[in-house]
Amino acid sequence: MADEMKTITATLMDESLELGLDELCRACAIDTEHLLALVAEGIIEPCRQTGDHWRFPATSLIRIQTTLRLQRDLGVNLAGAALALQLLEQNRRLRERLRVLERLLD
Amino acid sequence: MQYKDYYQIMGVSKDATQDEIKRAYKKLARKYHPDVSDEPDAEERFKEVGEAYEVLRDPEKRAAYDQLGANWQAGQEFRPPPGWDAGFEFSGSHAGGADFSDFFETLFGRGGFGAGHGRGHHAHGEDHHARILVDLEDAINGATRTITLKVPEVTADGHVRTRERTLNVRIPKGIREGQQIRLAGQGAPGMGSGKPGDLYLEVSFRPHRLYRVEGRDLYLDLPVAPWEAALGATVKTPTPAGTVELKIPPGSKSGTRLRLKGRGIPGNPPGDLYAVLQIVLPPADNDKARALYRRMQEELSFDPRAGMGV
Repeated sequence: MADEMKTITATLMDESLELGLDELCRACAIDTEHLLALVAEGIIEPCRQTGDHWRFPATSLIRIQTTLRLQRDLGVNLAGAALALQLLEQNRRLRERLRVLERLLD
Repeated sequence: MQYKDYYQIMGVSKDATQDEIKRAYKKLARKYHPDVSDEPDAEERFKEVGEAYEVLRDPEKRAAYDQLGANWQAGQEFRPPPGWDAGFEFSGSHAGGADFSDFFETLFGRGGFGAGHGRGHHAHGEDHHARILVDLEDAINGATRTITLKVPEVTADGHVRTRERTLNVRIPKGIREGQQIRLAGQGAPGMGSGKPGDLYLEVSFRPHRLYRVEGRDLYLDLPVAPWEAALGATVKTPTPAGTVELKIPPGSKSGTRLRLKGRGIPGNPPGDLYAVLQIVLPPADNDKARALYRRMQEELSFDPRAGMGV
């Protein structure tokens, strides 16, 4: 317990942080093949390639986890999850715009 | 413990077929899935529906549940009749367990720790994931905060219990809602000489008394007096980094947005703070105030409804 109370510095997982393929697989508990299927479906995209190694933006993690939850809980396939992700993102942007416009009308 | 009406939760009748129950579940799962839904209580409802379906989709559990009788009302104080489950044999384990209600667990026991519904505290191999709430000020200024997580554990005798784990975490400056942070080495311990996993935390903000958050921008409702809005003024305005003097231009209307550039959540580029003016009328609760209002009424030719054609 005493050991746990030392302060741990958190790393922000934003666009500027890159993760390797192995790191991403481990964080999401999926294998390489599964991850490559997500790349093939365009759910995540490598931002850079160094040698044989792909690098992904750290924001890929949330996209993968959302995909896995949608598949597990709603039984959609990969293409369906990709479409849902895109629509959710679109929905979020529209909602933000709507909020700004509603405020202007007040 | 309260009785749960699983049929009511699923919106089906007590004699619904298994197909009807499945269809109802699919619809409700899409409606309340926390990633998809905009219902404020989506997470709660999604769990509730998941639990109801766990019982009703399984003919053995459903029969045992039905046997409790039809006289119970949702929310009614419930104690299972002695020997209520005699003669029922439950094959297989149920998913989740950790997230189900006391009502469920009293009837069907706690399941093993598996892929449950809902979010948070799920162990994915070596790395752990959870969600945390932080204060807006901590995101803006960075801070060290103590967080407590509930960690499900399997005890030596095979039971699942929840252990509390306390961590001191340095929250990075500039974090936004929905972003993740990583605590290296704070996941599950590695096997042998293997490295421990990481802990990933998804961040949400606690609702703030003053500011609304949109991406990196902040919105603040700023009350102003009618004469401050009409004549212009310099007023003290709170910002997350401290009080500033804000210039109100003459002739400002209620709802006017004044931008304080770069005073939102830090980042590249930093967010802005918008002060949205709210004109507040002084109360006419004494003779002096009433006299002043009367004088305005007499001396100003002002019709707020001039544009309405009335």
